[in-house]
Amino acid sequence: MATFLDFEKPIAELEGKIAELRHLSDGDDMNIAEEVAKLQGKAERMLRQTYGKLTAWQKTQVARHPERPHFIDYVAGLVTDYVPLAGDRNFADDKAILGGLARFRGQPVVIMGHEKGADTTSRMRHNFGMAKPEGYRKAIRLMELAERFQLPVITLVDTPGAFPGVEAEARGQAEAIARSIEACLKLQVPLISAIIGEGGSGGAIALAAANHIIMLEHSVYSVISPEGCASILWRSGEQARDAAEALKLTSEDLRSLGVIDEIVAEPLGGAHRGKPQIIDGLSEAIDRALQRFSGMSGLDIRDQRRDKFLEMGRQGLSS
Amino acid sequence: MSWLTNFVRPKIRALVRKAEVPDNLWDKCGACGQMIFHRELEANLRVCPHCGHHMRVGVKRRLELLFDGGTYERAELPAVPLDPLRFRDRKKYTERLKEAQAKTDEQDAIVVASGTIGGLKVVAAAFNFDFMGGSMGVAVGEGLVKAAEIAVRDRAAMIAIPASGGARMQEGILSLMQMPRSVIAVDRVKEAGLPFIVLLTDPTTGGVSASFAMLGDIHISEPGAVIGFAGARVIEETIREKLPEGFQRAEYLLDHGIVDLVVARKDLPAELARIIGLLTRQMPGAVVPAPLAGGNSGGK
Ligand SMILES: [Zn+2]
Repeated sequence: MATFLDFEKPIAELEGKIAELRHLSDGDDMNIAEEVAKLQGKAERMLRQTYGKLTAWQKTQVARHPERPHFIDYVAGLVTDYVPLAGDRNFADDKAILGGLARFRGQPVVIMGHEKGADTTSRMRHNFGMAKPEGYRKAIRLMELAERFQLPVITLVDTPGAFPGVEAEARGQAEAIARSIEACLKLQVPLISAIIGEGGSGGAIALAAANHIIMLEHSVYSVISPEGCASILWRSGEQARDAAEALKLTSEDLRSLGVIDEIVAEPLGGAHRGKPQIIDGLSEAIDRALQRFSGMSGLDIRDQRRDKFLEMGRQGLSS
Repeated sequence: MSWLTNFVRPKIRALVRKAEVPDNLWDKCGACGQMIFHRELEANLRVCPHCGHHMRVGVKRRLELLFDGGTYERAELPAVPLDPLRFRDRKKYTERLKEAQAKTDEQDAIVVASGTIGGLKVVAAAFNFDFMGGSMGVAVGEGLVKAAEIAVRDRAAMIAIPASGGARMQEGILSLMQMPRSVIAVDRVKEAGLPFIVLLTDPTTGGVSASFAMLGDIHISEPGAVIGFAGARVIEETIREKLPEGFQRAEYLLDHGIVDLVVARKDLPAELARIIGLLTRQMPGAVVPAPLAGGNSGGK
């Protein structure tokens, strides 16, 4: 059963009607087939209209869509020979951040990212993609492994943010995030990041201080959630819509601010309506990015990353 | 998510505090409730003489208290684009900036200063909590980058002194980008073989704690300072249980191995000189205390 977002209601109604008609016909009723084709055309037009002008708040909802492809889906489609690796060698294996060795188009890489989970059980297991210190420390460990064997690193970012909890604080949540950012910035192998859903604050940048930063078209990336921002600056969570606009968290905004390098287009109606297409699109983008850095020296790769971040924000909106 | 409490609490405190008070006024200690003669409190470096509670101290006084004789040279900081997002909530960000500038007579929430502590060369990057809660936006990031550049150029130790609720929300994603930018800055100091010391003051939370502030060679904190990533109220709302006693206070972080030393305000210059001397194989001279508040010492 597909999940529809609030603003997709008219589309949901049409698709419901289509399913009903299909159920009625045994397949060779010409009148019904014609009607179905007509409705399908209409549904697609509505989808195109709606998705052609999504607001920042609507994009936030698409980015959080329960059926949006997650890390596990991308790993299944992007790489082969995936060897999942576990743990920070110190405290635990944090399943909010997964990662391991794999081949990307034949080339060995380290791939890692946040996993939110797809149903109640797996969401609990992955803590909704909110990592604790051991998660960031696992990420650091995997980056160091990549460095040692000169493997490029691919990170897929999809998190509401770092987990806010007593245990996480006691084990040094801030320190773990800081070290993970530092590990990204020190790497002398290419680091390619893609924001595939929600890029939530410190928990996101911990894996995304990269040479090349990709955003999927309807992903969002922000210093604070629209709800959190609204409750502080508007003193009411109700204004999340306004906060989403003001925060400039869409892929287009971030590209014009010079914070990301590339946007990968999503299939009509969002990544969840065409998993093979979005995986192909992302694969192409990662491949192009990796080629850009092949043959560069380790120090040049590191310096490209540092210079890129140092330049950020020295201009305002370019539009 | 994590900035909620950090922004709300300072606002309440700001009402309690006052910028300028005549000589005959009294202050109330926020910890033990005792009344303290204002001049006595200032002479005691804004530390309660009854219970030892360390109250917040303004950025200029902070720097005076650290540097030899209370004197230092302020660095010129690069101009940054104002309001890069054209942000507006109930009020325009440009207005909030103007108000903060008028209130503090500063351009933004950081001051970069060079001088000596115990005769040893130091560059300090100190946050100004009175300026929008010390929040970190592009200007603060540029200040940290500049401080690191000066430290490397002058072969000086760098001391970062955060006093911040975290990111400057009104600069959106660009405030988040100050986390990697500040990390690059301090890594350059470390790569040059120079000490990078963090003096954690109340409060150090959010994106500030989760970047340069947790990457010091040495972490020193003032007693009682709140240091952590997530705000206490956000955590309470998430886990729905009471927080442990002293949670996210300096002493708690010392117990959990996250800070090295908790040092009383009056002992900071000597302790910093000792550490920098040891790390750089130098013998510090005596530290020269700053004159009492209200003198004409300090930045030019
Ligand atoms: Zn007291």
